[in-house]
Amino acid sequence: MYAQLIKTARSGIKSREEMSEQEREFQDKIDNDIKIEPRDWMPDDYRRTLIRQMGQHAHSEVVGQLPEGNWITRAPTLERKAILLAKVQDEAGHGLYLYSAAETLGESRDELVRLLHEGRMKYSSIFNYPTLNWADIGAVGWLVDGAAIVNQVALQRTSYGPYSRAMVRICKEESFHARQGYHAIMKMAFGSPEQKRQAQSAVDRLWFPAIMMFGPTDADSTNSDQSMAWKIKVKSNDELRQQFIDQTVPQIEYLGLDLPDPGIKWNEERGHYDFSDPDWTEFFDVIKGNGPCNTDRLKDRVAAWDEGQWVRDGLMAHAEKKAAAKIAAE
Amino acid sequence: MAEVDQKALLQFLLRMGDNTLVLGHRVSEWCGHSPILEEDIALANTALDLIGQTQLWLGYAAEVQGEGKSADDLAFLRDAWDFRNVLLTELPNGDFGQTMMRQFLFDAFQSVILARLLKSSDTTVSEIAAKAIKEVAYHVERSADTVVGLGDGTEESHSRMQAALDYLYPYVGEMFLSDDVDAAMAAAGVCPDPTTLREEYDALVSKVMANATLAIPANAYTHKGGRTGYMHTEHLGHLLTSMQWLQRAYPGCEW
Repeated sequence: MYAQLIKTARSGIKSREEMSEQEREFQDKIDNDIKIEPRDWMPDDYRRTLIRQMGQHAHSEVVGQLPEGNWITRAPTLERKAILLAKVQDEAGHGLYLYSAAETLGESRDELVRLLHEGRMKYSSIFNYPTLNWADIGAVGWLVDGAAIVNQVALQRTSYGPYSRAMVRICKEESFHARQGYHAIMKMAFGSPEQKRQAQSAVDRLWFPAIMMFGPTDADSTNSDQSMAWKIKVKSNDELRQQFIDQTVPQIEYLGLDLPDPGIKWNEERGHYDFSDPDWTEFFDVIKGNGPCNTDRLKDRVAAWDEGQWVRDGLMAHAEKKAAAKIAAE
Repeated sequence: MAEVDQKALLQFLLRMGDNTLVLGHRVSEWCGHSPILEEDIALANTALDLIGQTQLWLGYAAEVQGEGKSADDLAFLRDAWDFRNVLLTELPNGDFGQTMMRQFLFDAFQSVILARLLKSSDTTVSEIAAKAIKEVAYHVERSADTVVGLGDGTEESHSRMQAALDYLYPYVGEMFLSDDVDAAMAAAGVCPDPTTLREEYDALVSKVMANATLAIPANAYTHKGGRTGYMHTEHLGHLLTSMQWLQRAYPGCEW
């Protein structure tokens, strides 16, 4: 889920008759829940779609360090600081893990990073929102990682083996983050009036961005069908969003906070919470680069990369010297 | 062996804990901005270890102080003049090279002192050292490798690392100064006098700098005032301003 609006690299689903022998065999494997592995034959569009999705997911983990890093230096206790450092370290680790999974499809990390820096690849729009008070850090763990988990638990069943296995591992850590995030915001919601005010502000600001993480409504999600047929995607945007809302609303109520959306109401008939449609104009604005932090986030990442060039060059030069000396000695 | 002077022991523990607290904070400032993803992970990991060690040192310091305070109280509610970290740890990150050079110069000191603290007459001190030394063994290996890699890398990386060493080396001497607190700790067998650690430290640093093709500045001046609290750099106040902000703005809250 840190991947949204992934354009499936194809215009429509082929019928069985239209498929080649190879494509039919491929689809049979998928239909029988047999994982696709790096050396297996796969349609080019399947490969391209997966690279986009895993790449965007990896970028999200990396860029996601920034809004949390914004509070590491201001964490209010040693324990909170340690928890946040451990979380951010996990996120960077997930990024590494996902870039490696994308490499199994023949796309290098450097190339994916270059595309990100040139603005040709995206990361989750949620990280284009600012973290403005300490409760935001709790809310990010609870709501953002929480939303990611809903999606990623489903993705454990995704058809591409390395991606699916990455999800299994990542989900374990994300669940931990979500619990720690909830614990942090509990302290705020049950704390002093000022702390509670921060908690309410965090939920109010981050709720809609969090539920937009699942992407546009199914009716407007033009790219989903092929991805569903290939089991790159396992559940629809709306199904996942509903699941997240259903599990999260009681948690907000437990905190004693006001619901961030007056449209949230239990619907007995559906057995689900109703909710207001998020402002999709805002969603597309953020995707287009007009979110509150888009420019700064990318600028930070590009600067980190450019300013680190001499470090990467230096370490490479040293490694080459060492290798040459070793050969000379042999 | 002399009985342990509790006031001196408190000062010693603050010196240990403030070093790791302040450096851990500095390293954590890198989050998301390092030259390559693996370094983001490594820097966060190093900061995390240092903060973990801080919890132990300052936790024990608070106990010895006996005023019912916690490690958090000591970290977040003292002003700059009560901090006892060496100046080296509070210096700004500079570029990645300066950060890693500072890390190595400190890691090397930690690896030497912690090895001695394993035999401390104070069992809490020796237990903390036993935990920390495992982490520091990894830190010093990594920071030394990075200093060597960048020192012996390209022309640019070499000159940046030499500049980092030239800037930081005058802050090395403070780690080996000795005063009444150190004399009391040595007499009680809690910690050897820092002056006795210098030879081992110099041997390690010289070896790494030789491999890094870097020249240790001759006759470097020794800036001091951190571990006594007499005169910190201007940088510490700014660091504490961010670090302590929430606790200061919303006193008495639980987090």
